[in-house]
Amino acid sequence: MSKERVALPTRGFFENKTKKGISSWIFTTDHKRIALLYLYSIAFFFLSAAILGILMKIELIAPGKTIMNASTYNKTFTLHGVIMIFLFIIPGIPAVFGNFILPLIIGAEDVAFPRINLLSWYFYVGGAILALSTLFFGEGTADTGWTFYAPYSVRTGTNVTQAVLAAFILGFSSILTGLNFLTTIHRMRAKGMDWFKMPLFVWATYATAWIQILATPVIGITLLMIVAERTLGIGLFDPSLGGDPILYQHLFWIYSHPAVYIMILPAMGVISEIIPVFTRRRIFGYKAIAYSSLAIAFVGYLVWGHHMFTAGMSGPSRVIFSILTFLVSIPSAVKIFNWLATMYKGSIDMQPPMLYAMGFIFLFMIGGLTGLLLGALATDTHLTDTAFVVGHFHYVMFGGTGFGFFAAMHYWFPKIYGRMYNIKRAKSAFWVIFVGFNILYFPMLIMGIMGLPRRYYDYLPQFQPLEILSTVGSWILFTGLIIMLVNIIKGMKSGLPAGDNPWKGTTLEWQTSSPPILENFKIMPEVTEGPYEYDNIK
Amino acid sequence: MFSGSSSFVEGVDLAFFVIIGISLIFLIGITFGMIYFSIKYNKKKHPKAEPTVENTKLEILWTVIPTILVLFMFYFGWAGYRPMRTFPDDAINIKATGKMWAWSFEYENGKWDSVLYVPINKAVKINLYSMDVIHSLYIPAFRIKEDVVPGINNKMWFKAEKLGQYNILCAEYCGLRHSYMMSKVVVLPEAEYTAWYNTKQKVDLNAMPGELAMKKIGCVACHTTDGSKLVGPSYKGLFGSMRKVVVDGKVIEVKADEDYIINSIRKPNSQVVEGFPKAVMPEYKDQVTDEEIKQIIEYIKTLK
Repeated sequence: MSKERVALPTRGFFENKTKKGISSWIFTTDHKRIALLYLYSIAFFFLSAAILGILMKIELIAPGKTIMNASTYNKTFTLHGVIMIFLFIIPGIPAVFGNFILPLIIGAEDVAFPRINLLSWYFYVGGAILALSTLFFGEGTADTGWTFYAPYSVRTGTNVTQAVLAAFILGFSSILTGLNFLTTIHRMRAKGMDWFKMPLFVWATYATAWIQILATPVIGITLLMIVAERTLGIGLFDPSLGGDPILYQHLFWIYSHPAVYIMILPAMGVISEIIPVFTRRRIFGYKAIAYSSLAIAFVGYLVWGHHMFTAGMSGPSRVIFSILTFLVSIPSAVKIFNWLATMYKGSIDMQPPMLYAMGFIFLFMIGGLTGLLLGALATDTHLTDTAFVVGHFHYVMFGGTGFGFFAAMHYWFPKIYGRMYNIKRAKSAFWVIFVGFNILYFPMLIMGIMGLPRRYYDYLPQFQPLEILSTVGSWILFTGLIIMLVNIIKGMKSGLPAGDNPWKGTTLEWQTSSPPILENFKIMPEVTEGPYEYDNIK
Repeated sequence: MFSGSSSFVEGVDLAFFVIIGISLIFLIGITFGMIYFSIKYNKKKHPKAEPTVENTKLEILWTVIPTILVLFMFYFGWAGYRPMRTFPDDAINIKATGKMWAWSFEYENGKWDSVLYVPINKAVKINLYSMDVIHSLYIPAFRIKEDVVPGINNKMWFKAEKLGQYNILCAEYCGLRHSYMMSKVVVLPEAEYTAWYNTKQKVDLNAMPGELAMKKIGCVACHTTDGSKLVGPSYKGLFGSMRKVVVDGKVIEVKADEDYIINSIRKPNSQVVEGFPKAVMPEYKDQVTDEEIKQIIEYIKTLK
């Protein structure tokens, strides 16, 4: 079984002449090493939270108590949400692939502020440790759900203060990363790379960075207000102290809705990179895709109220938020049409990154289209706070961003490690994940329409058949994830050398060695044409 | 086309039908396109990609058409929703109170119940109050839901159009027993409803005022009177016993006298019985009167 491990022609940035061992990693300012620090920590948290998800689904396989009591269940879904949102989906693609690929793809030596880049990883780890430490003292980890709605979050005896401070610190990590990327994109592009010669992943990262900088401070302040209310008794959100619970929801969603676009835009950027490479065609509607990223980032600020249609907002504001929500779906639809048009008359090579990209498009479409039911007032009134919402955002966040992350992983893997994973096994892992995913989450959409509220520890017997189906789906999905993970780790260690440009990409990261050398390029590249000029290649 | 158990079902289900219909056309079309292209233009059959030709007309077309379609969907969403926020003047007023983790419904004549009785084909307006955190009153069969927010007087209304019993659920996460915070709405023929409405509150003549007060406030959602443990400690054998309580992290022993019970209602988290989670019970201020507390104490004294 085990083949000879073939040595790489160059070890690139993995070779470090000045520092050795762990200190060459934790004190590094090389964007590539920082990206890998993020990759390993993010992968760890993703798997931990996935296991929490599996446990929740086992609990729900039958009504009544199965493996845990209600209090444990409430803490489990809170921790699952906090880890997945703040430690996986939000940092995910920008922190790992933004860090690794962004300087390479624009032909730069590093990001603009390498030390701040390392600092933001330390903020990430600090926030993560604080969040997990809540497990081990007092009444245990928060039981509020990842949304920390007041006044429940003000009153519960669990460690909400620590969890909220953790999210606050993680916010800083996000702001600093955004600031870094924004400056990098403005100041460090290769000679000749004007704005409309930038690859679309750069556009997506750029739009994301603006949201990170402008929206994250709002959640930071809001979370500090929760801490002030809990520790000092200042009445801000709890009506028994003279506060307003709806104010909290406004402040929370003013950040957390744009944050949804922090999560999805980089994934869309990844898909826009992958499709031209595997169809051997210049992307259709480059400018439309670039502008639609900016449009999503902008309109995304104005739709937060759709999370609160039943919370008691005034009638006119419900109507306005509903219209704006429908409008924000247009730029996403435009991207999907452009991707499809790029495939038309291409020469399509179904490699694992392309499979994940197509999986992304299908699952993200279901996520987006179910979002329309939640944007319409009549249907949202029935569906809000039901399992339908849970199904919807897993389609968007996991089917979208998660699959985008896996696509990026399979696409840039040979660049990062200089080796190739087993292609066949990667494809079979994709199909297991894809099938398991739909069996797990589609029943949630149906149960929501049937009227099953979310965050329910127990449920009426009529839901059990679908709950069983969903639980079985979670086992299939997890099996697929393990196959994928083993394949990736094996590829890292002993995959065959992949060469500098195995997919024959045209963007700059493929012009240097794999793995890239410490200073990225031997001769700094110059750009004379657009990023996807496949038409000129023989 | 769609009739249901409330007057809103038709409009809401029509919006479902329109939006899901348009979405399915889009989903099937794009998915079919992806699969078709990946077979037809697979590199084995189609080794050389044709150059991309930009097409501005197409771009405008696929921006404008979806915009029209989503505005169309918005319209159906709004049309199905508008009646929910148009309150009729002649509605019966009912006050619904949500607390962790029970519902109670109070009628204009002072009658109250944990089940919501309503007449068929008559508008019913529900004024929503919360005693503690945010809840959400959800009747799936009627397609309505509105959050029950402390300090804010939200309201909702409906007209039931079919006799029967339907679930009332709490849709906003409210802690430990969120998924058990259920009740029923019972739709009665008008005459039957009037008869029910005009019968005096069924008072168990043997019941003490304190017992009734506790049922109305909802204490029994978490505390039993028979010694079994629910969320909080049972009342059985409580009065006069010695209790181990946690005060500022230290365990001390106190006697459960009248002051202890008053304190346990007004400031329950200052001394939590050992072995029970802290900060679960909200502080009851004006939701419980001093007179009611006196009655409650008298009642608890009898639970030996």
